[in-house]
Amino acid sequence: MNLLDLTITQLHEGFKKKQFTSIEVTKAYLNQIKKTDGKIGAYLAVTEKLALEQAEEADKKIAKSGDFPMLCGVPCAIKDNILVEGEKATAASKILENYVAPYDATVITKLKEQGTVILGKTNLDEFAMGVSTENSAFKVTKNPHDTSRVSGGSSGGPAAAVAAQEAVYTLGTDTGGSIRLPASFCGVVGLNPTYGAVSRYGAIALASSLDQIGPIAKTVEDAKIIFKAISGKDSMDATSANYQFSNSNCQLKGLRIGVPKEYFAKGIDPAVEKIVRNAIKKAEEAGAKIVEISLPSTEYAIACYYIIVPAEASANLARYDGIKYGLSESAESLLDGYVKSRGAGFGAEPKRRILVGTYVLSSGYYDAYYKKAQEVRELIKQDFKKVFEKVDVIFTPTSPVPAFKIGEKSNDPLAMYLMDAYTGPVKLAGIPAISIPAGTIGKLPVGLQIIGNYFEENKILDIASQMEKML
Amino acid sequence: MISKEEVLKIAKLARLELSEKEVGRMQKDLSSILDYFDILKKAPKVAKVARAIQRENVLRRDEAKEKRSTMAGDLIQAAPDKKDGYIKVKQIL
Repeated sequence: MNLLDLTITQLHEGFKKKQFTSIEVTKAYLNQIKKTDGKIGAYLAVTEKLALEQAEEADKKIAKSGDFPMLCGVPCAIKDNILVEGEKATAASKILENYVAPYDATVITKLKEQGTVILGKTNLDEFAMGVSTENSAFKVTKNPHDTSRVSGGSSGGPAAAVAAQEAVYTLGTDTGGSIRLPASFCGVVGLNPTYGAVSRYGAIALASSLDQIGPIAKTVEDAKIIFKAISGKDSMDATSANYQFSNSNCQLKGLRIGVPKEYFAKGIDPAVEKIVRNAIKKAEEAGAKIVEISLPSTEYAIACYYIIVPAEASANLARYDGIKYGLSESAESLLDGYVKSRGAGFGAEPKRRILVGTYVLSSGYYDAYYKKAQEVRELIKQDFKKVFEKVDVIFTPTSPVPAFKIGEKSNDPLAMYLMDAYTGPVKLAGIPAISIPAGTIGKLPVGLQIIGNYFEENKILDIASQMEKML
Repeated sequence: MISKEEVLKIAKLARLELSEKEVGRMQKDLSSILDYFDILKKAPKVAKVARAIQRENVLRRDEAKEKRSTMAGDLIQAAPDKKDGYIKVKQIL
């Protein structure tokens, strides 16, 4: 038995039956990180000391009682824009290179209460701004299936870590596709929860009307276990909803699946289309009813998204002033200190977004850009609302193309932005979606995205689990 | 194409220092990004925009919450310039 192959449930059963200990599993993962991460680059920091302490604690808990939480003793990794007390949290930015988190994010508190083991902090595009991790100030995370290609982003580190068996599961964040896109590129499962389902207290903000924390895992069942553990109301996050996960028993048989024609239009790789169409056919064979639908505002989604996100980011990133925390450049005046610290600390993409955001919010341009984007966001929401009167879930590709070559798009920000075409609209509406592996083109994985209505994670997880068995 | 002066003006508003090379790059990038936004002109008008996120007010009592005693120290510790448990800033008057 290879410990690295086991899912959360299998580990839990193994701990129960005393087949192995959390220390043994944790050491196996630490060893795997040492062996393979030089090549992959998923981790920014390995928290070996913390991991071994937590594993020892978990083993005590396990020895004491046969009834311990599902994540007890299970080793995970955390995207480096989520705070773990006493560990660095860089958001892959020079401006936070030496920042040590003074407290735990709520999701970390919840995982620690279950007794999980934290192996380390994983790479991302700087401040989660990107689709490839090429915008990380520290390194590019390579795709474990083909190291000449990107892992996707912005949660490229978390997705690659799971794919390379360097963690059982990871937490990522999704603002425009940052969990689902890398999950699809790396051939793992990634869940973007409904806006408000998971507390964001302790997550470094990018765009606050969109950011969500969610799991990346080996299987749909694992993703469900993690989502159950981290979701729910939190008094520290006023946008968190009164939500509690409840099991559903949603079946493919009789299910109405919407297939939006706009997601199979110009720009999709024919090989991706073939794999996703095949998945849809299998769902139909299992008794689902396939309904062709239209989401007519899809073509505006990227422009809308790349106005709203920079606008919110320019405000959120105003906190990096060289005074409270982070990189500080010495200067004569207060103003010079701001300007120099921010100039030295931010990479190209944050600078680009701060400038775009400041521009679209500035006097004279606000109505044409920001206000218009808010209107279009409403249209996109209405599109989904109408469609969910006719169908139960929506099936689409997660991305129009598989993982691209490192460097292929790095000088073309707009080409990068277009990678969010199939994942961004979901975020503008605030609804949940999951990406699961649907097949491969050569070595490269392709993801199937299953989109659900507000707070219907249970439903999409049920369907994803049935699809997973057939794909 | 956005002018150099416009880029510098936005950068000043955003409190961001840019090198000469960065200004040129941003001129080009911003122009292509803003051009792309023109697609929104085609979008149908919306009579009434609901708030981006529909939420009710979330209220709580104005009470001090117990935090671990070392928290304040840890937060101050993160500041690059500090003195006697306070964050130091440049004179503004």
